[in-house]
Amino acid sequence: MVEKLDVRGLSCPIPVVKTKKMIDQGVANILITGDSAVSRENVSKLARSYGYSVTMNVDDKNNWEMEIRK
Amino acid sequence: MERDKWLVLGTGVLIGLIAVVLVKLGNPPNMGFCVACFQRDIAGALGLHQTAVVQYMRPEIIGMVLGALLAALFAGEYKSRGGSATLLRFFMGVFMMVGALVFLGCPLRDILRMAGGDYNALVGLLGFIVGVGSGVFFLKQGFDLGRAKISASPLGGLLMPILMLFFLYLLLKGTVFNAAAGGPLFFSQKGPGSMHAALLYSLGAGLIVGVLAQRSRLCLSGGIRDFLLIKDHTLLLGFIGVFIGALALNIGWGYFKTGFAGQPIAHSNHIWNFLGLYLVGLTATLLGGCPLRQLILSGQGDMDAGAVVIGMIVGAGFIHNFGLASSAMAAATATSPASIGGPNLFGQIACVAAIIAMLIIGYTYREE
Repeated sequence: MVEKLDVRGLSCPIPVVKTKKMIDQGVANILITGDSAVSRENVSKLARSYGYSVTMNVDDKNNWEMEIRK
Repeated sequence: MERDKWLVLGTGVLIGLIAVVLVKLGNPPNMGFCVACFQRDIAGALGLHQTAVVQYMRPEIIGMVLGALLAALFAGEYKSRGGSATLLRFFMGVFMMVGALVFLGCPLRDILRMAGGDYNALVGLLGFIVGVGSGVFFLKQGFDLGRAKISASPLGGLLMPILMLFFLYLLLKGTVFNAAAGGPLFFSQKGPGSMHAALLYSLGAGLIVGVLAQRSRLCLSGGIRDFLLIKDHTLLLGFIGVFIGALALNIGWGYFKTGFAGQPIAHSNHIWNFLGLYLVGLTATLLGGCPLRQLILSGQGDMDAGAVVIGMIVGAGFIHNFGLASSAMAAATATSPASIGGPNLFGQIACVAAIIAMLIIGYTYREE
């Protein structure tokens, strides 16, 4: 099951905090939407560091959608 | 080591080197770069406060905002956005300036002071780390100031760069608006405000640092925050880089002098060095970035960060008018005994009140 997470407009590092919270809860598949290049970098880096694979569905700097999967 | 880590480390080292070069070229000692001090000087130049020794329209600040804008435009990252508790962020900018002026420097200057051998800055660093740690505690509890939105028009995000261009125009043109008062713009005849590198060097240094800081996402509170929060040390490398760069040149040029006493534009009142940067660390973490990072974000379209920057400048006006800023340590003279410096009672009250306000904000702005 895919769980959704919307981190658009959130200040640094709240996108990372929210993603980490779901990862810590053991969610294996998360669809994340965001709107800044910095959150895209930070969230994908975090996901990879926890052994998730990262797929960019939409890869625009100011409007992106990423699927992370364990 | 990955590319982003080299970029952050390299940016840090370069900022450290540039800072000491600016001291060589005329900036105040251990103050080649200081975001808070320079914003305070700008407040003085604009006449928002009347402290005659700290008034100058610092081109470094102008350059950093414009450099960040240019870098963001080239990278396709410029976007006008805002609307996340904007007024609250303005006041958090004021509080951050209270902390910085009680300590006598922003986190960037704290590193530069450590790299100059100022042990008082180590006390400040401890306060900063504990402050960032307190902020991380609130982040883990679900602290959130709310979402910003991308604006319908890109113009709002250009306000800060346009303001900086206007400041640059005033500086170049030398307009005096109120001849009877002698300004604005006001310029210090003595003291730290009178010490500055030539305009072109300062502006160029600001532009370079603005571009690099925008690309590397350098953030001094972020370095400690990420390490505490997710054990990531990427941004911490920037912090370390600034120290290494500045330390190397300080030693090379004979600026490195260790001790608590005899340090330039610093005080030796440990409690207030600690609490000043505690306040800055806590506030910066809840804002999402240190004073340097806020300045950079304000150049790439983030209007909420712009509110923080304006809050810091306006706050500096209030702080100096109300006598809340710390005094620097002073050697004994014929008329006065030696002093370790520090904030007066009003400055101490302001610092504690701002810390309490930030703890209340941290506690109440939680998302379940």
